[in-house]
Amino acid sequence: MNPPLLEAINLTRRYGDLVAVNDISFKINTGQCVGLLGPNGAGKTTTVEMLEGLVSPTSGEVRYRGEPLKDQMASAAGIMFQSTALQDYMTVREALVMFSRFYDEPVPIDRLVEQCALDNFLDQDSRKVSGGQRQRLLLAIALVNNPDVLFLDEPTTGLDPDARQRFWHLISSIQAEGKTIVITTHYMEEARVLCDELMFMHQGKILAQGKPDTLLSERFEDATVSLPNEVADSVLDEFKLAFPEAMASRNDQSTSITTSELNQVLGYLVGTGADLSQLDVSKPTLDDLFMSLAAEGDAA
Amino acid sequence: MIGLRRFLAVLAARNREFIRDRSSWAWNVIFPVLLVIGLSIVFSGEDQTRFRVGVLSYDTAHELSDQRYTSFLHVDDENEAIRKVERHQLDALIDGSTKRYWINETSPNGYVLDQLLSRGDYQREPVTGNAVRYIDWVLPGILGVNMMFASLFGVGYVIVRYRKSGVLRRLKATPLSAFEFLAAQIVSRLWLILAVATTVFIGTHWLLDFTVRGSYLLLFFVLLLGALSLISLGLLMASRTPSEELAGGLLNLATWPMMLLSGAWFTLDAAPRWVQLAAEILPLTQVIAAARAVMIDGAGFVDIAPRLLMLAVFTLVCMVLGARLFRWEG
Repeated sequence: MNPPLLEAINLTRRYGDLVAVNDISFKINTGQCVGLLGPNGAGKTTTVEMLEGLVSPTSGEVRYRGEPLKDQMASAAGIMFQSTALQDYMTVREALVMFSRFYDEPVPIDRLVEQCALDNFLDQDSRKVSGGQRQRLLLAIALVNNPDVLFLDEPTTGLDPDARQRFWHLISSIQAEGKTIVITTHYMEEARVLCDELMFMHQGKILAQGKPDTLLSERFEDATVSLPNEVADSVLDEFKLAFPEAMASRNDQSTSITTSELNQVLGYLVGTGADLSQLDVSKPTLDDLFMSLAAEGDAA
Repeated sequence: MIGLRRFLAVLAARNREFIRDRSSWAWNVIFPVLLVIGLSIVFSGEDQTRFRVGVLSYDTAHELSDQRYTSFLHVDDENEAIRKVERHQLDALIDGSTKRYWINETSPNGYVLDQLLSRGDYQREPVTGNAVRYIDWVLPGILGVNMMFASLFGVGYVIVRYRKSGVLRRLKATPLSAFEFLAAQIVSRLWLILAVATTVFIGTHWLLDFTVRGSYLLLFFVLLLGALSLISLGLLMASRTPSEELAGGLLNLATWPMMLLSGAWFTLDAAPRWVQLAAEILPLTQVIAAARAVMIDGAGFVDIAPRLLMLAVFTLVCMVLGARLFRWEG
């Protein structure tokens, strides 16, 4: 059986008295897109930097393809930092050429230009491109060595919604090629769209780990059904008798019913013959999960 | 083993950065030429207010000591003092213990002093030699100071800027080694400094007709070693400095003493002995003194070998320390 692509074993990183990462272990397999989520200061970036080989753990170990991590990541990883800069007075093309010369078998520049849609600003000064264009350039630089694993540290922070969507599309296409991706983000929607495995970090610890749907279903059994108040008024008295466990709350416009028996509740409401054209069903999201875990972490 | 392809890639990037930055051209090329021209105009007239007399051992009884408008400079090195008389940098040299005086027969000031000195019982030692214009004397200083700023700020400050902005962090995440990166920075700055110094030299030579008595090749070697020593100092100062603010302070701390004490603009002959000794530690002092010896006195390799050796040792120490202390991140 092949070892995982990356494995963190009891990783700890201290900065003086501060424990940035506290004894965490996990595995990342080839082809996975893993998202590290958590509030500011949770230890996401430090964890990623230890995986990248840029920061040494205080204790514990990172293994790459089963071997202790030394300097393999310089060739095997593609890294897109949260904040980075290129030398001044360098065009997009010159930046790509420079980075491609650092590697023995770089990806042809033309392929990167096509993949990351750089052709419209290839000869522009890299300092004068838009935010979205700049992120695409930095992604192209991260891909220049055809890496085994791509690290993206908050890649869409500061981008407008359109640029963000385009970037997600680009990442999805890279993911579809089977590339392993590790991404840190504050955007839950980004994590939902891109990641097939999530790790929630808080104060240096991993609070929860798993597939997005599994994490949600494990923590939230309930769904919320909303009805306009006038419709709810006509059915609510008898509904409460039929579903005494359901929780109802009300505002000026609508009444919300939180229940773990969604199918039965919907069946009952259909049976009442009430007008359900404005009925709305919502399930907890990753934002809810994030808030819930962060609150749990703070309380612990 | 250095990766030549990686080294050349970083070298090309750094060269482009310099060549495309117009302000660099203004400060590194145009400014020194204008400075030389400006100084040649300002100091084109003769200094007619004072006679400068070197004194090897003082004789207060001599009637010259009562003359107004005469400044006496104590000197230790007889040969060096005689050279200054030859170059009209001293109007006369007196040795009270042996009752001798040296005078340049082609110097107008020397002629006046000769009339006074010949009345006494001093033995006359005539020398000859053409006057060295201030601008001839100061040119090595201007080249040296320009080189100092280009080295310290062009390497030291730039590395700190790279570190703070995240350029180094990005490069660290590639197979590029610190040695390859630093070698590219040194070579890039070295050839730029030598190209600029050569351009400034040729430009001012054409405009002001300098005389270089020594070997051009030796002068080039002095500038090469001088640039390397100052680049190495910049490298050492930038090896771990995290911010441009701190770097600015450190670089000012290094440049100001060298500006004032290296003999770039004025001689330290009249300064206290300990100041003269302290100045000898500074690499810029060695560069300027060696360049001046080649240009003005026609000195050969052996004559300036001690200064070259000191520069070589300084370069080696700074480079090894700078490379060992270097960190990609602050």
